Amino acid sequence: MSVLNEGDWLTEWVKKALLEVQDYVRLCAAAAKGSVTRPFYARDVMEQIEVIGLGSLTVVLLTGFFTGAVLALQMGMTLDQFGARPFVGRLISASMIKELGPVLTALMLSGRVGSGIAAELGSMMVTEQISALRALGTDPIRKLVVPRVLAGFIMCPILTVVGDTVGILGGWIISLTQLRVSSGVYWSSVVEGLFIEDVWMGLIKPFFLGFVIVTIGCHVGLRTTGGTQGVGRATTNAVVAASVVVLVVDFFVTRLLISILF
Amino acid sequence: MRHKSLEEFGLPVELAEPHAPVVLFDKVDLAFDEKVILKNVTFSVRAGHTKIFLGASGAGKSTVLKLMLGLLKPDSGTIWVLGHRVDEMTETQLMGVRHHMGMVFQEGALFDSFTVGENVGYKLYEETTLPLDEVRARVEEVLGFVDLSEHIDKQPSELSGGQRRRVAIARAMAAKPTLLLYDEPTTGLDPITSLTINAEIIKLRDLENVTSVLVTHQLRDAYYIAEHSARLGTDNELEIAAAVEDKVEQADFVMLKDGGIHFEGTAGELRTSKDPYLRAFLS
Repeated sequence: MSVLNEGDWLTEWVKKALLEVQDYVRLCAAAAKGSVTRPFYARDVMEQIEVIGLGSLTVVLLTGFFTGAVLALQMGMTLDQFGARPFVGRLISASMIKELGPVLTALMLSGRVGSGIAAELGSMMVTEQISALRALGTDPIRKLVVPRVLAGFIMCPILTVVGDTVGILGGWIISLTQLRVSSGVYWSSVVEGLFIEDVWMGLIKPFFLGFVIVTIGCHVGLRTTGGTQGVGRATTNAVVAASVVVLVVDFFVTRLLISILF
Repeated sequence: MRHKSLEEFGLPVELAEPHAPVVLFDKVDLAFDEKVILKNVTFSVRAGHTKIFLGASGAGKSTVLKLMLGLLKPDSGTIWVLGHRVDEMTETQLMGVRHHMGMVFQEGALFDSFTVGENVGYKLYEETTLPLDEVRARVEEVLGFVDLSEHIDKQPSELSGGQRRRVAIARAMAAKPTLLLYDEPTTGLDPITSLTINAEIIKLRDLENVTSVLVTHQLRDAYYIAEHSARLGTDNELEIAAAVEDKVEQADFVMLKDGGIHFEGTAGELRTSKDPYLRAFLS
C-alpha cells in the first residue's frame, strides 16, 4: 500500500468515526427530546423497567455479593499486616459505594442489557420491522429507544444501590465468619468510612452509566446490516463499546464529581 | 375511526384534486455512494389504479416504494404522494401522510413479540384514539377478509409463510389506507398460496377502492392482478373473474433497468413488445 493510500485509508477511517459519533449524538438528542414530548409510550417504559430492572436483579445481586465477599477476604489479609483488621468494613463500604458498585453494576448491565437491546433492535432492522414501524406511522426512536433509555436511566442507579447493599452484606458475612470481626465493629466501621460526598458520588455516576449503556445498545442495534451475521456482530460491538465507554465515562464523571463535591 | 388529520401533523389540508395522481415521481435520482439506484425516474399513479413494477434484482423496485413512504430521500427530483411533497418533509410530517398509506413488506415484517391480532391492530391501538372494542372489531373484520380469523391469538412464528403475508396485508389495510404498497408479496410462495394473495390484492383494489403499487418478480401474478377484477355476487359471494378491457387498462406495468424506466404500458403492450430485454425477461 502506498503512503497516499494509507493516508486515504486514515482519512476514511476518521470520517467514518466522526459520522458514527455524529449519529450517536443525534440519537441521544432525539431520545432526550422524545422523553419530554408527545407521543409518549408509557406502557413500553414500564415494560422496559421490568425487563432491564427486574431482569438484571439476579446478576447484580450475585455480582455485588461476591465482590463484597472477596473484597473482605483480600482486605482482611492486607489489613492484618498493619493490625487493622477491624477497619475492613470501612474499606468495603468506601470502595463498594464509590467505585465498585457503580462500575461493576454498569459492566453487568452492558453485558446483559446492552447486548439484549442491540440484538433485539438489530433483528428488527434486518427483518424490516423498524421500516414497518415507520410505515405504520410510529417513530422508532419514541417507541423503542425512549422507553429503553428512560428504563436504563432509572434502573441503573437503583440496581447499583442494590449491588452496594448486598456487597456490604457479603463483606459482613466474610468478616464475621472468616475474619472473626464482630458485627458491631464491622457496621460501625462501615458507617465511619462513609462521607455524604461518597454517597452522592455513588448515586450520581450510575445515571450517566445507565444512559450510555442503553444509548450505545440502541445506536448499534439501529445501525445493524447484513442479516443474522450482522446481528451477531452488532451484539458483540455493543457489549465491547458499552464496557469500554462505561470505564471511560466513569473516570471523567469521577474527576468532575471530585472537583465539585470535595 | 378517528385518524389524526394532516393538519394535526402540521401539513396543508388540501389533498390531491379528484383526478390528480395519487403518486407522482418527477425526475427522481438516487445513488448510494457510487452506485446509481434510480436515474431520472418519472411516473404517476392514479386513484384506484394499479402500478406494477418489474425488473431484475437490484433494479431499484423496492427503493421506489421506500421513496413513496419517505423511508428514503431522493438525491434530486420531486415525489408527490396524496398531494404532498414527501421528499422534503420531516419525519414528523411524514407520519401524517403515512397514516393514509399501508405497506406490505417482502417477508411480512410482522412484529415477533406481538400476536397476530396485535400486529394487525397495531396502528389502531397505538396511533389512533379508537376505543379498544372497536379496534378489536376492526381486527376481526380484516382478519376475516384475509380468511385468518381463527389465528388472531397466535404468534407470527406459528404461521406458514403464506399466512404471514396475509397477516401483513391485513395489518396494512386495517387503518383503511387509500394507497397500498406491496413489496414482492408472493415471492417464495407456492402457486396456490400466491393465488390467494393475488385475490386479496384484487379484493382490496376493487372492493375497498385502494390504489395499489406492486413490486414483483412474478410475471404470472402480475398479469393475474392486472387482468382480473373482484365483485360481490348476488348472494354476497366474492367473485374473481377476468376484468373488462377498461379495468385492465387501469393497471400499468413499469419495467426498471439500470436505474431507469425501460418500459411503461399495459399488460397487452407488455405482452406484444418486441424489445429484446423485455422478451428475455418475459420468456
